Amino acid sequence: METISAASQLFQFIVTGLTVGAIYAMVAIGFNIIYNVTEIINLAQGEFVMLGGLIMVFMHVTVGLPMILAFVTAVLLVTLTGMLLDRLAIKPIRQPSVMTLIIATIAASIVIKGTAMLIWGKSPYDLPAFSGRTPIELGGVIIQPQYLWVIGFLVVVTIGLTLFFNRTILGKAMAACADNPDAARLVGINVQYMVLLSFALSAAIGAIAGMTLTPIALMDYDRGAMLAIKGFGAAILGGLGSFSGAVLGGLLIGLIESLGAGFLLSGYKDAYALIVLLLVLFLRPSGIMGNFEVTKFKRF
Amino acid sequence: MLRIRKAPMGVGAIFILLFPWVAERLPAIEHYPDLMVFAGIYCLMTIGMSLLMGYAGQISLGHAAFYGIGAYASGILTTQYNLNPWLCILIGSAAATAVAVVVGAPSLRLRGHYLAMATLAFGIIINIVFREEAEWTGGPDGMGGIPGLDIFGYSFDSIHKYYYLVWIVVAIAFFFTIRLIQSPTGRALRAIHASEAAASAMGIDISRSKIVVFAFSAILASVAGSLYAHYMNFINPSTFDTLFSIKLVIMIALGGMHTIWGAVVGSVLFAFLSFEWLHQFGEYEIVVYGLVLMMVTIYLPEGLVGLPGRIAQRVRR
Amino acid sequence: MVKKSAMALLAGLVIFGFSIQPALATYKVGAIFSVTGGASFLGDPEKKTAQMVVDQINRDGGINGEKIELIVYDDETDPTKCNLHAKKLISQDKVVAVIGPSVSGLSVAIIPVFEKFKTPLVSCAASYKIVYNEKTGKPNKWVFKTPQSDSLAVEAIYTKMQSMGIHKIAILTVTDGYGASGRHELLRLAQAYKMDIVADEKYDPKDADMTAQLTKIKGLAPQAIVNWSVGPTQVTVLRNWRDLGMTPITFFQSHGFGSRKNIELAAGAAEGVFCPLGACNIADLLPEDHPQKQVTMAYQKSYTETYNEPLSSFGGHAWDAIQLVVDALKAVGGDRAKIRDYLENKKGFIGQHGVFNFSPEDHNGLTKEAFQMVVVKDGDWALAK
Repeated sequence: METISAASQLFQFIVTGLTVGAIYAMVAIGFNIIYNVTEIINLAQGEFVMLGGLIMVFMHVTVGLPMILAFVTAVLLVTLTGMLLDRLAIKPIRQPSVMTLIIATIAASIVIKGTAMLIWGKSPYDLPAFSGRTPIELGGVIIQPQYLWVIGFLVVVTIGLTLFFNRTILGKAMAACADNPDAARLVGINVQYMVLLSFALSAAIGAIAGMTLTPIALMDYDRGAMLAIKGFGAAILGGLGSFSGAVLGGLLIGLIESLGAGFLLSGYKDAYALIVLLLVLFLRPSGIMGNFEVTKFKRF
Repeated sequence: MLRIRKAPMGVGAIFILLFPWVAERLPAIEHYPDLMVFAGIYCLMTIGMSLLMGYAGQISLGHAAFYGIGAYASGILTTQYNLNPWLCILIGSAAATAVAVVVGAPSLRLRGHYLAMATLAFGIIINIVFREEAEWTGGPDGMGGIPGLDIFGYSFDSIHKYYYLVWIVVAIAFFFTIRLIQSPTGRALRAIHASEAAASAMGIDISRSKIVVFAFSAILASVAGSLYAHYMNFINPSTFDTLFSIKLVIMIALGGMHTIWGAVVGSVLFAFLSFEWLHQFGEYEIVVYGLVLMMVTIYLPEGLVGLPGRIAQRVRR
Repeated sequence: MVKKSAMALLAGLVIFGFSIQPALATYKVGAIFSVTGGASFLGDPEKKTAQMVVDQINRDGGINGEKIELIVYDDETDPTKCNLHAKKLISQDKVVAVIGPSVSGLSVAIIPVFEKFKTPLVSCAASYKIVYNEKTGKPNKWVFKTPQSDSLAVEAIYTKMQSMGIHKIAILTVTDGYGASGRHELLRLAQAYKMDIVADEKYDPKDADMTAQLTKIKGLAPQAIVNWSVGPTQVTVLRNWRDLGMTPITFFQSHGFGSRKNIELAAGAAEGVFCPLGACNIADLLPEDHPQKQVTMAYQKSYTETYNEPLSSFGGHAWDAIQLVVDALKAVGGDRAKIRDYLENKKGFIGQHGVFNFSPEDHNGLTKEAFQMVVVKDGDWALAK
């Protein structure tokens, strides 16, 4: 085995960091979609990722559906879970204070996680990589094909959402709810429907993150909380509500973790990302791309 | 909620006083005072957090860090430097205050979810330090051999003795907190909760008031941590992780966020649910726990202390 | 009024929320396992094993005609719960002995309880700290443990490395109690075996990818890597190792890798990986005249038949613990002090993880022969030559 040069080592850290960061970014985007319409931070977002992975494994490996079909059914089922979450746990709350809503999403995440444990047990599950496991070598840097799928899906999701919010009537209506729910109601937008839609959309994106992650890291029922915290961190770092901020925040956290593990003490790698996050917040209290004036108008 | 009525306090005090005596006589709940020791330790923390969250309107998802700072101060200083445990409790509180001021000053300028994330990050970082600095803390496996507490030769070496010790500390904290709520600082806090802009216009030093409350709640958490360490004789990092910070918030939500009684009721209820009652459900425990929490948010948004009011309303109608 | 009723309600809940008492049995044995939480991979097979063994004994007529009742509590990998359960088992359920907990940290956490209440504890966790009191330099009086100490696994690995001419190594550990304990021993024993540790990397139990740590190791070009973790990460790390083209660097896993399920999950990446295992993982590979052949084959058969899942080495620790207690009950009956004395002098107990020889100086009773070095070959274990 030839030794690896310092430059390829650096690139290897960057490639890995970007891949893991892309997962965080997708979770952060999910946070933002719901936040923009409802001002809720949905701490059950990580459970969508876990469910996406496990349902895909079930559909593809256990039931034996072809990859694409399994992918579609898993997205649909998780989307349905997201809609149920809104209808059963969020909408019935009569006096929705911010703290109550946070607790409600935590409660929902506990129920989802517990149900997943009852269905799948505690052991991890594997999913075949989407296009094989033969690594690609580029100048000493090793890239797993699945890395490309993860980053590719992040690009597709970002472009898709940008088009949706800017070009379609439905997307524009959702954006209007985000800006001013009362005004949106006045012009005849069904705000409750938009809230439901936001849960559906962010559940679907969470599911995609989970399905692309599983071939790399396996999946078990207990993975959601960690992903939710990382994704929440990414959303805050980038600035709540900003999609480009979410992508930037996610990739940054992934990169800092990977470079921190590579060059500094790996035991502290999670701390490095969080220290950077705190420093950014102390300098820019609304994150990198967030607008402080806008946050002032938010109830929370 | 300016006036705190005397009657419930009397009932509470009598209940706490008599509980071990009653429990001793009923075999099925013989071990409940042991649970109440932990409930008391949690209560100490939630009282401080209720002041911070319910009264001042500032969220914290990192209070387990202060709990840990107190516990590790007691653990490290007693086992490695042979200091007097009571002195260690004081040193722990001083350390918690210092950290609270240093972290609180920049953090408490943040709003809403940003503050939530900042405190969450702070809690995780401190937990990583507990885990990684193994030479002092024993690492993930934790540290044992922490001595128990005694005073003038009287040792708190049984469950019942420790029970009274913990609940006396809770009572002191409770009365101190009530005094704080009724003081000008307390009024300033409520003004901040209602509107920061208005409070600022009234000449209230917002950031100072917030930091004072943050530090106060940190001290209570630190004392709770020390009491935990001396009772368990053992500590490890997982006790002080982010999940526990979230559990503290859940306790307050269960009990009720807008009164200090909510903190008391919530922490006792949480301790019994998680240590005892939910075990009845076996495998389904975690799902039931989530559902209970969901029901509370939907049907009892003011927490369990709002339940009697709701029932009274129903009856009157 | 509102507050008063709240307190009354609370009092009511506290007093009336008690559990229904289980039916009386002659021998009550307690068990505390981490059935859920971060260490469920340990506690789950342990609980299943202990329950299966007790059911079998009761079906066959019990001990000298008396049935055993196993009272299992789940500590959820939480020291506070573990402590509460221990006290409840001793003073309320009045068990004669307790097996578990699954995790080293939790076992250390409840030692004072068992020393104080004079009840035997047979721990299912590995750390030497469980059976060694640093202040007295002797074992804790009432505490025993069945798993091989991590030092034995490390010695087995280092011995194998020496025979392969390996002296420059990298270690990779997970940042939980399991990894920390292994890391401690790997560092401590390195000098005695003349091992030069060029990299000491860590990762989180929930991490998705360890490429960064491995890439760093790759740059330092050691001859071998030792990984100490359990759960999905020990599989992910293998895949990363293979994908990065690092297979010329020999890979050693800890004994935590001891389930065929892991080879399967590694999807081919486990080929050529070394790992020290207790006899129960490789029952079918043992020669017919091996002392543990019979018990390990029997356990493997009944476990896979009862639960329809592959055996994990951790369940074996619970098998050893409950069988030791049962053995003591058969010999001396249900007296706590007599059980302790019996266990302390027990010799030649044939268990899943070795032949135990306890003594007042040794409350673990195993030697490094309790581990066999195994290599993954054609998707299955094979004894390493």
